[in-house]
Amino acid sequence: MGKYTIRRILAAFPVLFGVLIVAFTLARVIPGNPCRAILGEKATDEVCAKFIHDKGLDKPIPVQFVAYIGDLAQGNFGDSIRFGRPITQILIERLPTTVELGLAGLLIASIVGIPLGIISAVRHNSVIDLGTMVGANFGVSMPVFWLGLMLAYIFALLLKDTPFWLPPSGRLSAGIVAVPFYEVYGWKMTEGTFSFNVAEFFANMFILNSLITLDWEVLKDAVTHLILPSVALSTIPMAIIARMTRSSMLQVLGLDYVRTARAKGLIEWRVVLTHAFRNALLPVVTIIGLQLGIVFNGAILTETIFSLAGVGRTMFEAITARDFPIIQGFTVVIATTFIIINLIVDLSYAVLDPRIRLE
Amino acid sequence: MTSITKSSTAAKYSFAQSENLWVVAVRRLFRQRSGVAGMIILGFLILVAIFAPLIAPFDPNDSLIGKEEIKKREAPCIYLLGCTTDQPQHLMGVDGNVRDEFSRILFGARISLVVGFITIGFAIVVGTILGSVAGYVGRWIDDVIMRVMDVLLAFPFLLLAIAITSALRTLFTNNEALETAFKNSVPEFIFDQRSLLYAMFGIAIVSIPAYARVIRSTVLSVKEEEYISAARSIGNHPIRILFLHVLPNAFPPLIVQATLGIGTAILETAALSFLGLGAQPPTPEWGAMLSAERNQLFSAPHLVLFPGAAIMITVLGFNLLGDGLRDALDPRLRL
Repeated sequence: MGKYTIRRILAAFPVLFGVLIVAFTLARVIPGNPCRAILGEKATDEVCAKFIHDKGLDKPIPVQFVAYIGDLAQGNFGDSIRFGRPITQILIERLPTTVELGLAGLLIASIVGIPLGIISAVRHNSVIDLGTMVGANFGVSMPVFWLGLMLAYIFALLLKDTPFWLPPSGRLSAGIVAVPFYEVYGWKMTEGTFSFNVAEFFANMFILNSLITLDWEVLKDAVTHLILPSVALSTIPMAIIARMTRSSMLQVLGLDYVRTARAKGLIEWRVVLTHAFRNALLPVVTIIGLQLGIVFNGAILTETIFSLAGVGRTMFEAITARDFPIIQGFTVVIATTFIIINLIVDLSYAVLDPRIRLE
Repeated sequence: MTSITKSSTAAKYSFAQSENLWVVAVRRLFRQRSGVAGMIILGFLILVAIFAPLIAPFDPNDSLIGKEEIKKREAPCIYLLGCTTDQPQHLMGVDGNVRDEFSRILFGARISLVVGFITIGFAIVVGTILGSVAGYVGRWIDDVIMRVMDVLLAFPFLLLAIAITSALRTLFTNNEALETAFKNSVPEFIFDQRSLLYAMFGIAIVSIPAYARVIRSTVLSVKEEEYISAARSIGNHPIRILFLHVLPNAFPPLIVQATLGIGTAILETAALSFLGLGAQPPTPEWGAMLSAERNQLFSAPHLVLFPGAAIMITVLGFNLLGDGLRDALDPRLRL
């Protein structure tokens, strides 16, 4: 196991290196002319020559790449052009929005998808099974941006003045402020330190923050704002999870020990839940872990529709506005997260299922 | 009596064995509910795409200002549903530029289908080359190619597609010589759609790893087989062996992957157009049409509803057919 883990971690390094090369190249190609992108179209050639020299952009590409890796190793992602602020700060502000949205989406997808998959398998070929599978096919074919807009139309306009009304944009209503938990509890924090950044990161997850500070008004407001985007985000993962649960359950339900459990005279729901489902869970857990990419794709679109300042939206805007330090920094962070999560999913698969041989 | 049954079973058995895999697969596909549903949807869409000029009641890019008494973003008017016949019929209403939405949706089918087939066709060709080279040659070439594929997979699909699309866009718009060369080497209607082309290229690149992996694993699994050694020993050229003896084995998983891939490609291209990076107005592309009217969602929901529904039905068709094909081509499910 240890050997396998080490080998997998070592194998991730070339990929990470490739990611850095891609991020570096994209950031060099996308802005076209970095000087004019930063200083504006009217910058003279002289000013540009000085700018390029100051930023080290006239050095050979390998030298630039090494300098860039050196900066990254020190946690220095540079400053955003558009916002004129450090990338790290922008990440601390905006990553929590996406994390909250993504987790909520996956939670909804699992809470609805897993039971539907179980019922479909137990009542194989029934109306529920057919309905779930047809629904799952619609789910994976759903354009997230369309579903988001239609949900906004239904819940923000058609159901206006009913208790089912939901806000179509933003994270909190106007006038509602989420006070960071460290302020509520009077912790002394110095801005810019590592511990402050970590605290700030968690405080920016408004739902978590309001739970810690027991601020029910903010909690209710944050949750109502999160419902529509996370439901829109959850459809594709939900469909995939329901299908996976169903096929995994179907396989397990046909096994001998399930028949033994039934023969012992166990009540059906115990056979299904404690005997079959626990063993069918493994591929489901894996598939949930692998939804990250789909969730992030969805985040770019849902954040656009519901005006949420998250990582997906920021990244998209940075690409169209040619804000290359953001492109570079965010790409590295997002891709690294991806590599790490895929690694964890792979390793957990091996840990959870002792039957899997690792060599 | 028993002997008759036995011999007829034997006859049936030998008949089944000599049957072509593809005949069996097609017959099984027609027995699949999802496969049939997918074929019906796609058949319908292909007909719509081919005969769009004949079915469409209006020119998709022609504004009706001054030709009819109609306001922009007018809701659908359908005679069968009680719309008075003194008004012109617009099954899906008119859009912000007073164009018939129904006609635009019909022409949109052409764009989406073409986008899906070309994008995935390109990804398959490149993926097949990379996958076969990696699997057949092996050694460090295999390592390099597959690590590059891993890098592509380390990014969220849409994000990488957005980045490649924007990079291409800048590359061409900032380099006049390059853009002129591009303009002179392709027909005008293709150059006009260059923005959509960049998006298709972005989607194609991020789709390559899936095909490269399918091909590589097939090549690896059969290259040590005896019939390959036999082909080699009688002096066949490696390329000939690859195309004649190795790659046909990859066809079943490839066709399933491709069918599902076309659906995804259509969905993602629409998403790029929605974000303003793909097809540009006035092209009747569903994602771009939806994007153009999304701020009027509350006053003219039909202009968001119909293009989105069209995208969903198209993608659904490919997904259903892909599922059906997967079951039909799975040899473990035979008999």
